[in-house]
Amino acid sequence: MINFPVVGKTELAPGIKKLVVEAPSLAAKAKPGQFVVLHLHAQGERIPLTIADFDREEGTITLIFQEVGLTTFQLGSLEPGDTIRDIAGPLGRPSRVDYFGKVLCVGGGVGCAPLYPIARALREQKNDLAAVVGARSREFLILRKEMEQVCSPLIIATDDGSEGLQGTVLRGVEKYFREYGKPDYCVCIGPPVMMEAVCSFTRNYKVKTVVSLNPIMVDGTGMCGACRVVVGGEVKFACVDGPEFDGHLVDWELFRRRLQFYKREEKLALGAFLRKSRSAGER
Amino acid sequence: MAILDPTMRIRTFDEVTLGYTSDQAKREAARCRGCSQAPCRRGCPIGVDIPGFISLVKEGKFREAAQRLRERNTLPAVCGRVCPQDRNCEKHCVLAKKGAPIAIGRLERFVADWEREHGMTVPPTPGSTGKRVAVVGSGPAGLTVAAALARKGHSVTVFEALHAPGGVLSYGIPQFRLPKEVVAAEIDYVCALGVKIELNTPIGKLYSLRDLRREYDAVFLGTGAGLPRLLGIPGEHLNGVYTANEFLTRVNLMKAYLFPEYATPVRVGKRVAVIGGGNVAVDAARVAVRLGAEEVVVLYRRTLVEMPVRAEEYRFACREGVFFRFLVAPLEFRGDAEGWVREVLCTRCELGEVDESGRRRPVPVPGSEFTIPIDTVIVAIGQEPNILALAEVSELLTPSGRFVGADPETGATPVPGVFAGGDLVTGAATVIQAMTAGRRAAKAIDRYLSELE
Repeated sequence: MINFPVVGKTELAPGIKKLVVEAPSLAAKAKPGQFVVLHLHAQGERIPLTIADFDREEGTITLIFQEVGLTTFQLGSLEPGDTIRDIAGPLGRPSRVDYFGKVLCVGGGVGCAPLYPIARALREQKNDLAAVVGARSREFLILRKEMEQVCSPLIIATDDGSEGLQGTVLRGVEKYFREYGKPDYCVCIGPPVMMEAVCSFTRNYKVKTVVSLNPIMVDGTGMCGACRVVVGGEVKFACVDGPEFDGHLVDWELFRRRLQFYKREEKLALGAFLRKSRSAGER
Repeated sequence: MAILDPTMRIRTFDEVTLGYTSDQAKREAARCRGCSQAPCRRGCPIGVDIPGFISLVKEGKFREAAQRLRERNTLPAVCGRVCPQDRNCEKHCVLAKKGAPIAIGRLERFVADWEREHGMTVPPTPGSTGKRVAVVGSGPAGLTVAAALARKGHSVTVFEALHAPGGVLSYGIPQFRLPKEVVAAEIDYVCALGVKIELNTPIGKLYSLRDLRREYDAVFLGTGAGLPRLLGIPGEHLNGVYTANEFLTRVNLMKAYLFPEYATPVRVGKRVAVIGGGNVAVDAARVAVRLGAEEVVVLYRRTLVEMPVRAEEYRFACREGVFFRFLVAPLEFRGDAEGWVREVLCTRCELGEVDESGRRRPVPVPGSEFTIPIDTVIVAIGQEPNILALAEVSELLTPSGRFVGADPETGATPVPGVFAGGDLVTGAATVIQAMTAGRRAAKAIDRYLSELE
């Protein structure tokens, strides 16, 4: 199947957008934790994006993303009625959704998007669910209402203190451990530095912590090896063995470094795109 | 046959060999002795009627020649370009003894190109049998099965995980060796036979094998060998170290050589080392030259004799400035403070006893370590089947769990109605071997379907 129609669009926060896309077979099979690979048009690149939600009856999937590079900016410029040429998925292994007991969900920035369907599924399994979510400032907090419906308490941390605690999500995690004791299980999705920080904290308490990794990928089906990560001393391909891994076993330094592989080229491509759209706007 | 000059071609991704003119083709065909034994045909895994099509070329009956080729070969424009003729048909030509076999591959390519330029004629397909077949993977094996079964009147759907069909023909073999327009035309021909191709459809994810078995009367698995092998030595995950699959997919499928017009980047430093000695290694090296690398060295742990590369491509690579170092194996990649690869520590090897591959095993020479400064590494030491998508049906797998087990004559697997062939069964091999497996499986599937009631 090609040419997937965009049927809905919302701006959740400055630069963070939500698209609802018609993709019935994908919606029928998608599970929390899985991702798709998008290829917007013939000249586009392939990028992985976690499935933020799916509606089997409507036959749609939801994508939530932050405009940071060429493809996410192009994706953000799509409007209902436009189409995405290629969407392949659902890829990767689904999240483990069992009864663990007391579960803490930790989301940073746009990482709250893939976290929400996992949290909802964990809630359906009768877990006692709490969450810590963080963002730069109040206006960048996303899916707060949705998270509140399935998690209690919901602890908020913002870098500038405009909402909740001032500081990173780690402050919120510390507060949770202090006030509610240690959880039985933790799911953490956000920027690499944040996931690493949360993992080194939970490691001290021996709380199993699952993270979702989003490395550079090309095909997303186990073919290219660009997404290789080292977990517990073993080479894993995030696209087929993940994207979720035991955060205490991830080689974080390697993971962060490999994300830098194409920084120079990514900047170049984005710059050219932004210049072009700016001059088109002026005209 | 005209060839693009090395100094010109290293600046472009244009095809290196330019093909015969009609006159050249007729002249070459006239050299064929039309041996009644046709030893060349024995050298062709799919049994193309080589003397038959060549005699039609000699008479200038190019369209008829194309039809003769297509009776057995679904992808003649591909095979004419990428088959190892020097080890198959041309090796068996009686003129090979004198060092000048008929250029069968070039003639095949000429005929297929002539047909493409003059409009392909699609043979009428018989009425529908009402039987439905699912083919997983749109590479050489899958396309061959699909075309053969469509010609028998079965309704065939091919499922492809990527956004473009062709498998290794699209993501693996570079433009300068196999132009993507040629691949597209061959695939158009297969579709004109009535085959449907569903893109963006990873089987095992979007649909399970179980779904396919429920929906279709038979299933053919031809997902190839897409899992890159790694060396398992220190420094392999430094930035600047690619698997050949990633490097070639970026360039061939995603057209990174046209970055930023095409959005996928690829990064090549001044000094590139390619590890391996097969076609993939040589392709990667020649791509690196074209992307502007100043020095490209292929490190191979055996010698030229053992190198499983198409002879012509090795010669082309040398002319393009690719440097080959034999009996050298990498031990470690070393990086700088930012984690970018900067040098490779190597050992010299010598050849020891013959191993299970039938080739003499390379043995490291103690104390012979040396380093080579490099800033890009491409690891091209082979691929294995990507069986993860099929792991749901464990009885399909061989005891090692790395391949799908199938009868080499029929492609039949232990699961009724499920057939398999190509690299998925044999491990990484050639396009023509995958097509041969596809041809055999198509016969067996047709028989299986006719017995279904």
